[in-house]
Amino acid sequence: MLGDGAAAPSSETAPAEAKRGPVATAAAARPAAGADTAATADADATPAAGHPHLHFGTGPARAHAPGMSQGELLRIERDLLGKNDALAARNRAQLAAHGILALNLVSSPGSGKTALLVRTLQKLAGRLPAAVIEGDQQTEFDAERIRATGVAALQINTGKGCHLDADMIARALPRLPLADGGLLFIENVGNLVCPAAFDLGEAHKVVILSVTEGEDKPLKYPDMFAAADLLLLNKIDLLPYLQFDVQRAIGYALRVNPRLRVIQTSATSGEGLDEWLAWLEDRLAATRLAAAQQGTTPA
Amino acid sequence: MHEMSLAENVREIIEDAAAAQGFRRVRRIVLEIGELAAVETAALQFCLDVVLEGSVAAGARLECVAVPGEGWCAACARTVALHERYDPCPLCGAYGLTVCGGERMRVSALEVE
Repeated sequence: MLGDGAAAPSSETAPAEAKRGPVATAAAARPAAGADTAATADADATPAAGHPHLHFGTGPARAHAPGMSQGELLRIERDLLGKNDALAARNRAQLAAHGILALNLVSSPGSGKTALLVRTLQKLAGRLPAAVIEGDQQTEFDAERIRATGVAALQINTGKGCHLDADMIARALPRLPLADGGLLFIENVGNLVCPAAFDLGEAHKVVILSVTEGEDKPLKYPDMFAAADLLLLNKIDLLPYLQFDVQRAIGYALRVNPRLRVIQTSATSGEGLDEWLAWLEDRLAATRLAAAQQGTTPA
Repeated sequence: MHEMSLAENVREIIEDAAAAQGFRRVRRIVLEIGELAAVETAALQFCLDVVLEGSVAAGARLECVAVPGEGWCAACARTVALHERYDPCPLCGAYGLTVCGGERMRVSALEVE
């Protein structure tokens, strides 16, 4: 069970390795492993030969007159999201050890994700344990809607923040009662941009796009659709009243992310909910099995 | 505006390095920003000006090195240049490339004294 304050397995990546040396010699410094392009493998030999990375040889230090103070160049090679990613990895390991399937629900405001979540929880009631983390800038409104279904919910208010991050989830997990082998829904701040960049430790991002938003959203906000594994095309019951080309929307989404699974849903009519629940149950079963095989939860 | 969070991460990375390495001032910050990374470089620069105020890196020159986006085209069985996630393969026109480069953003180096 989560919420017992058990220490999470450490998965720190310790990226702080920094090499020190005068600028003039740093031209030969080896680029970090795992850089974005394969071209870095040759960077030592030809640091300025058109490869896309650093060109120390052309920096200001080379122009310094002898005897003038010269800066030192520290190779840092630390990812801007490195700390968040390390915390997310800890969350992921902790959740996996408990056989908990965590989903990060992302969308623009007003896509209907809370209504869809409420309906989902109602259908799951008595079948699968679940808990919810709600992210909004302000108010407890969404958590209260969830609690009305009888499911535990923790509201995170981000204040001025535009997204949840892994540290917020790490702090929320011990405060949330959730049985081993349960479902954790994390409803992110309504924002189709920023939450794409922040791994929370979820198993999958699920992006919700409602048909009232326009079919070009996957191309306008490609990062989010690229980060998700499942697209719920929501409010599908409203199609008769709209000019929304479902196949075009799905085609755009698949351009950005060819692996994206798509389910058409409506919290109002119930369309697609059985398929969505089957998707949830399949993945939860795999998550539970993996935890049982690891010996971290009973089979 | 998650660029503010990213800028705060840059400050933290610099302060960690300052504590470990004992430098007093940062003259230049070199960032590597992937073409497909979820960040707007101009917005990040703006945020860094604000966030680095009062730190060892106040007033440091910012150098952003763009790392080109790359995608894997299954039809061509090769890596191709990719400027937007939804772009087709420049060789065969197929959609659905798998991004394989230019997604990261990192502090690459600091010029310090």
